[in-house]
Amino acid sequence: MEMAVTILIPTALRSFTERNSEISAQGTTAGQALQNLTEQYPAIKKHLFLDEENLRDFVNVFLGSDNIKNLKGLNTPLKDGDTLMIVPAIAGGRGAPAGESDDLSNEEIARYSRHLLLPEIGIEGQKKLKAAKVLIIGTGGLGSPLALYLAAAGVGTIGLVDFDYVDESNLQRQIIHGVKDVGRPKVASAKDRLKSINQHINVVTYNESLSSENALDIIKDFDIVADGTDNYQTRYIVNDACKFLGKPNVYGSVFQFEGQVSVFYAEKGACYRCLYPSPPPPGLVPSCAEGGVLGVLPGIVGTLQASEVIKLIVGGGKPLIGKLLTFDAWNMRFNELNLEKSPNCPLCGENPTITEVGSDEYYCEFCGIKKQEQEKPILAITPTELKERLDNGDKITIIDIREPHERAIVKFPGAVVIPPGQLVRRMDELKPEVDTVLICREGKKSILSIEDLTEAGYSGKLFNLIDGIKGWARDVDTALPIY
Amino acid sequence: MIYISEEIKNLIKAEGEKAYPNECCGVIYGNYDDCKKAVSIEPIINASEDGEQYHRFLITPENMLKAELKAREQKLDIIGFYHSHPDHPAAPSEYDKEHALPFYSYVIVSVIKGRAEDFTSWELSDDRENFNSEEIENEK
Repeated sequence: MEMAVTILIPTALRSFTERNSEISAQGTTAGQALQNLTEQYPAIKKHLFLDEENLRDFVNVFLGSDNIKNLKGLNTPLKDGDTLMIVPAIAGGRGAPAGESDDLSNEEIARYSRHLLLPEIGIEGQKKLKAAKVLIIGTGGLGSPLALYLAAAGVGTIGLVDFDYVDESNLQRQIIHGVKDVGRPKVASAKDRLKSINQHINVVTYNESLSSENALDIIKDFDIVADGTDNYQTRYIVNDACKFLGKPNVYGSVFQFEGQVSVFYAEKGACYRCLYPSPPPPGLVPSCAEGGVLGVLPGIVGTLQASEVIKLIVGGGKPLIGKLLTFDAWNMRFNELNLEKSPNCPLCGENPTITEVGSDEYYCEFCGIKKQEQEKPILAITPTELKERLDNGDKITIIDIREPHERAIVKFPGAVVIPPGQLVRRMDELKPEVDTVLICREGKKSILSIEDLTEAGYSGKLFNLIDGIKGWARDVDTALPIY
Repeated sequence: MIYISEEIKNLIKAEGEKAYPNECCGVIYGNYDDCKKAVSIEPIINASEDGEQYHRFLITPENMLKAELKAREQKLDIIGFYHSHPDHPAAPSEYDKEHALPFYSYVIVSVIKGRAEDFTSWELSDDRENFNSEEIENEK
């Protein structure tokens, strides 16, 4: 049976069809109809087909509003009277992406002049920087200066991993983000800033948290990893993944006024597990969100990490492999410690017991994150519930365990102040027959205090105020500041 | 040869500056009796992968389908495409050539440090071998 279909020809190809914009063709499939078209107008063939069987990848054929690629390709069946439309996908661009070409353009030479003047870097070193791929984990306090300086220095490909969104409280130290970025994904904000500093570089973003599931996949395409995370779990994942992929891990961490920098490179020296075989119990070392941090400190530590990254790329100098640099901003002291590779390291020692990147459950448990929640269920109360009970006239003792300088920011009305260190000793100030609510800044430290009291044998009911005074200011008394 | 009025030229240059440091792209509608004459332009969202847009542009087949239908509706033809080369000369790349079709005018505007500069047009030879520079005339 003869099947006649109409093929609509784009302007570009009409010079091959005697300027006809509609051609009638025979065929029961899209492929046959197009074949028939090329029999009628042979010169059109090389613009449509790559070879005998395949269409050029920028040639698309639509049956109605469907691309035949999404139907059955050239085998898409046709009905009598169907209309096919040939639609070219139009692409182009200035060509070789940054990093693919080894040579530096005149513009790049002008831009990197101050590096080129250093014999230790020079044109060869700058080309290495251009070819380098560095993954920065976290675009917070450490990630900000790291990314800014590496972009300015001309590192050809910079990867950014972060799941978080820019918050007002980040701006005190995370200088890659600005006021207008509050609420945006951190990686998006960071990428814009990097592109505004250096249009020659390629920025790849991962808007997700680094987990044991994606770590190997993300890290494998990069030469060097710079760890700017703020939690033990991710640090162990980064460390382990880098060991298995043979990549150096430029590590930095900050707490209050103190920072640490090292290069963990299992092939040549110690790894993070050699230094810390296991993390401290949860709650012992507060995070920056709990304990605070001098805003300029991650700036110093992050730039130290950036200079380590540049040394590793360019080669030469003395990188901090097998060394731990500690810095105390309050007393303005640097200290360098030797880090021996541990023969007993479960990851890179003589008889390793860790042979792959474990599951997320493993890292959670290893860092004690779940245990705490599972073992000791404690009573909790939301800010709104507490407000209702107070309004009802219930007798409730409220204990504020925050430090004096925190109470100076905002006071909790009607609370008794007892520092966490004195709670157990002053337990008899609490009345077991009256419900007691413990409050801190965000409802975390107060959990530890409740556990202390329970362990010490306190018999009354103890409630944790969920989200602490932060939650109270958010849900109940919105006139209070949130810090 | 292609006729492009000063007004349309300026529209394309402005699109290039707006998209900088990324590439802009769009369709040029017009007539062709003896030679091509630009009547209007339509910017198309650069469908290149995020992170590639600084040196690549892509008009998806779906967008092209829409543009083709729109042209037919307005009794116009698609006579070419424009795109920008951020911080790069207004000359076609090998990539441009591989992805081009004959007849169409490929207008390239070079945008250096955010400012539109050279403005050129190119045409692919019928044998796909050469990308030839095309003369641009101001429409009277």
